Amino acid sequence: MTAQYVGQRITRNEDPRLLTGQALFVDDVDLPGMLHAAFLRSDYAHARIKSIDATAARSRPGVVAVYTAEDMGAFWKPGPLLVPAPHSIKDLVFNQRTQIPMARAGDKVRHVGEPMAVVIAESRYIAEDALADIVVDLEPLDAVVDLFRALEPDAPLIHDELGTNLASYVLQEKGNYEQARAQADVVISRRIVIDRGVAAALENRGYVVQWNAREQELTMWATTQAPIALRNLVSATLGISENQMRVIAPFVGGGFGPKIMLCQPEEVLLGWATMKLNRPIKYIEDRRENFLATTMERGQIHDVEIALTRDGQILGLKDVFIHDTGAYNPYALTVPLNTQTHTMGPYEIPNFHTEFKVVFTNKMIVTPVRGAGRPQGVFVMERMMDLAAQELGMNPVEIRRKNMIPADAFPHEQGIIGQDFAQLIYDSGDYPATLEKARQMIGYDQFVKEEQPRFRAEGKHVGIGVACFTEGTAVGPYEGARVTVESSGKVSLVTGVGTQGQGHFTSFAQIVADQLGVDVRDVRVVTGDTAQFHWGTGTFASRGATVAGNAVNAAAASVRAKILKHASKALGAPEKELEIVNGQVRVADIPEKSISLSELALRANPMRGSVEPGTEPGLESTQYFGPQYGATAAGTVAMIVEVDTDTLLVEVKRFVIAHDCGTVLNPLIVDGQVHGGVSMGIGQSFYEQLVYDENGQLLNASFADYLLPRSTDMPHIEIGHLCTPSPLNPMGSKGVGEAGAIPTPACFVQAVENALADYKLEILETPLSPNRLFELVQAANP
Amino acid sequence: MTNQFPITVTVNGVRYERTVEPRLLLVDFIRHELSLTGTHVGCEHGVCGTCTVLFDGQPVRSCLMFAVQANGHEIRTVEGLGTMDKLHPLQEAFRETHALQCGFCTPGFLMTLVPFLEENPKLSEGEIRQALAGNLCRCTGYQHIIDAVKLASDKMGVKP
Repeated sequence: MTAQYVGQRITRNEDPRLLTGQALFVDDVDLPGMLHAAFLRSDYAHARIKSIDATAARSRPGVVAVYTAEDMGAFWKPGPLLVPAPHSIKDLVFNQRTQIPMARAGDKVRHVGEPMAVVIAESRYIAEDALADIVVDLEPLDAVVDLFRALEPDAPLIHDELGTNLASYVLQEKGNYEQARAQADVVISRRIVIDRGVAAALENRGYVVQWNAREQELTMWATTQAPIALRNLVSATLGISENQMRVIAPFVGGGFGPKIMLCQPEEVLLGWATMKLNRPIKYIEDRRENFLATTMERGQIHDVEIALTRDGQILGLKDVFIHDTGAYNPYALTVPLNTQTHTMGPYEIPNFHTEFKVVFTNKMIVTPVRGAGRPQGVFVMERMMDLAAQELGMNPVEIRRKNMIPADAFPHEQGIIGQDFAQLIYDSGDYPATLEKARQMIGYDQFVKEEQPRFRAEGKHVGIGVACFTEGTAVGPYEGARVTVESSGKVSLVTGVGTQGQGHFTSFAQIVADQLGVDVRDVRVVTGDTAQFHWGTGTFASRGATVAGNAVNAAAASVRAKILKHASKALGAPEKELEIVNGQVRVADIPEKSISLSELALRANPMRGSVEPGTEPGLESTQYFGPQYGATAAGTVAMIVEVDTDTLLVEVKRFVIAHDCGTVLNPLIVDGQVHGGVSMGIGQSFYEQLVYDENGQLLNASFADYLLPRSTDMPHIEIGHLCTPSPLNPMGSKGVGEAGAIPTPACFVQAVENALADYKLEILETPLSPNRLFELVQAANP
Repeated sequence: MTNQFPITVTVNGVRYERTVEPRLLLVDFIRHELSLTGTHVGCEHGVCGTCTVLFDGQPVRSCLMFAVQANGHEIRTVEGLGTMDKLHPLQEAFRETHALQCGFCTPGFLMTLVPFLEENPKLSEGEIRQALAGNLCRCTGYQHIIDAVKLASDKMGVKP
């Protein structure tokens, strides 16, 4: 088999549908008799509900039903824990409080946007009108917004019966930091703040649910990244069998993390309501709700200390941080554990003390958003590297190179528990090579020696930054795929992962096309429909292409073996002499001796006669792939920025990324993934900060006030690909989806500091903004 | 609330007569009354550009207009460009350069760009970035979209 498609820049199979407006998104589903839902959400971050009166809303013409928690009876219960707590970590504290479908009268609301009632009406307009008819009597309570305030003895309690706002505590130690510190020449400590932002997929969350009473079946079209897990959890919540529920994730308009949140109030309530009303219901979130009631991320404060020798060797790192989980913690420790396991990054850190507390606050729930804890760890580490370089008078590139894990040290045990709850091991990589490549691409030395002095002489503030990162990707447990050669000779591929723009319809088709010798356009891919494939986990942690991709590869290889076996019999030639080209199996030396895949598929599924015992029908195979542990990708970014000292606007003049995600399936798609990640990284560097007041009110819950990077804000991104294949999967691939988002804020602030060297700034926070940068400049230059 | 107004709107060359509430948004009219669901809704407050359609040839945000305002006017949506078998040169360019990922914002970009490219055949990268600045994309970082505009400009600009 010669690689024909894998590794090539193949344009996408899914594009014609998307480009012509023919692709089905959830809001495009239109069913006869369909009703529309609107949610009454709390305007208060923390309040006790005395009563909810929906009488007037119920009598509004066009309103079919209004439900409050009271109406749900026994169906009202907190959601399941979506990720277990890592009990392999010693002395772990974990206080589970998962989200509830609706706040109950007599109980509390715990964040702005928490549902209190749902209106079901003949149109969305009527449903939203009726929200204003519902009378809720609330007693506002003091809100917990500040992370440290959450742990003060007199802080208001978010979950009263818990007696504390502490959600978790984790301590992990490698070596002995205190001993290392005692031997150090230099010890630097700082407080670093990483604030909250939103994922902001352009498509808001949405659902269409349909209970079919005759079939006793529930269908849910959902904007989800994990259709199978969603089906399993919601069916269990509603007390129906998994086999009675079908989840379809059609085209999904961007995921970025929050769409993997499961058993959300809307999902449970809509499923419950359609069964009660026996009519289909649609709910499409609006943008304001997306800001208030869709999960989000970041929100950590680190007290970090680094100990080094005089020549820049790191002896140890101590990081004690506090993580904001919001009002509930359904994702357990996924995000802060990722921070913990990415702080050491590509560096050899012999002694590491890492400790965190997770606190409940009166804000929306935190679950992974592109990067998922990793950017925080990288930001902290890279900032400390910069401070150390400054203190020691070293070049930022040199101090990084000096401390990197060498290319011959893999697999590399990290000495702490990782995101899959086992010892964290880096499988493969060449970190110094990524640093060197980025250094060359940006022309680091030349910039520092020649260009920067020239800019400074002209009075321009132009600076450079370089930041390195690792990205734990492609974690288990597993994914599966089914490949079938149909009697037309075309191929069907079905897998359980969801797709939100990653190009699975193409990259998976490339894998199959190479294995089976067919045209990549002749492989029809289905993802995200539980009626077609119902084993799998979901699209997260940069795992789809690698984990599902390897399952696809295994299934296609198995079908190839079946094809060759059948063809060998049909052509009377040994299997090893056969090749598959253009949908024909032929004898390599005698190409005219051939049989088509179509004919073989027909013969493998005969209409009459008998087959040998143990024969499976058709040219089909279902295979699964689960990696031993996650593959670690890595890279280095570098950028040159210019700061306008009058406006404190920052222009990114150049951006390079040297990236290693192992074997690349489709470079065109990988480039796109990197670009998108970088753009989120730029957003989180300079534009995207959620601003809460002391009452827990989100002050910038719109795209007019919360700024996503626009085309005029983004630099041209130059990408350098490196490849150290992962030994953990047959294709040698690693994930790439989050890469760009992870190191960019760290690099951005370094470049800005460097540009403003004469102002002697120290930037210990992200996101920045022109206003914030102005304040920092003022503070440093009173 | 029960006020209903008869309107006549031409969309992609087809004349539609409907009776609508005055508060019905143009985008809801296009999507849910006419079932032309290629036009998407991203923010409902006129910032993201996802719902952009052509209104008498000019790009507008259909989430900021009422259907009654379209009475007697001509609308063009993404369904009025190419077909799956025969893409518009701009759509072709988007595909060739991987200028879309999830594809949700894409119809808005296309409808912003069609008149722009017709009026401005040769463009600098800076001009292209300015032209795109009213449309948000979360997936691509815009880079491949800019490549697509350059390519489409070549495809559409060269006329015998």
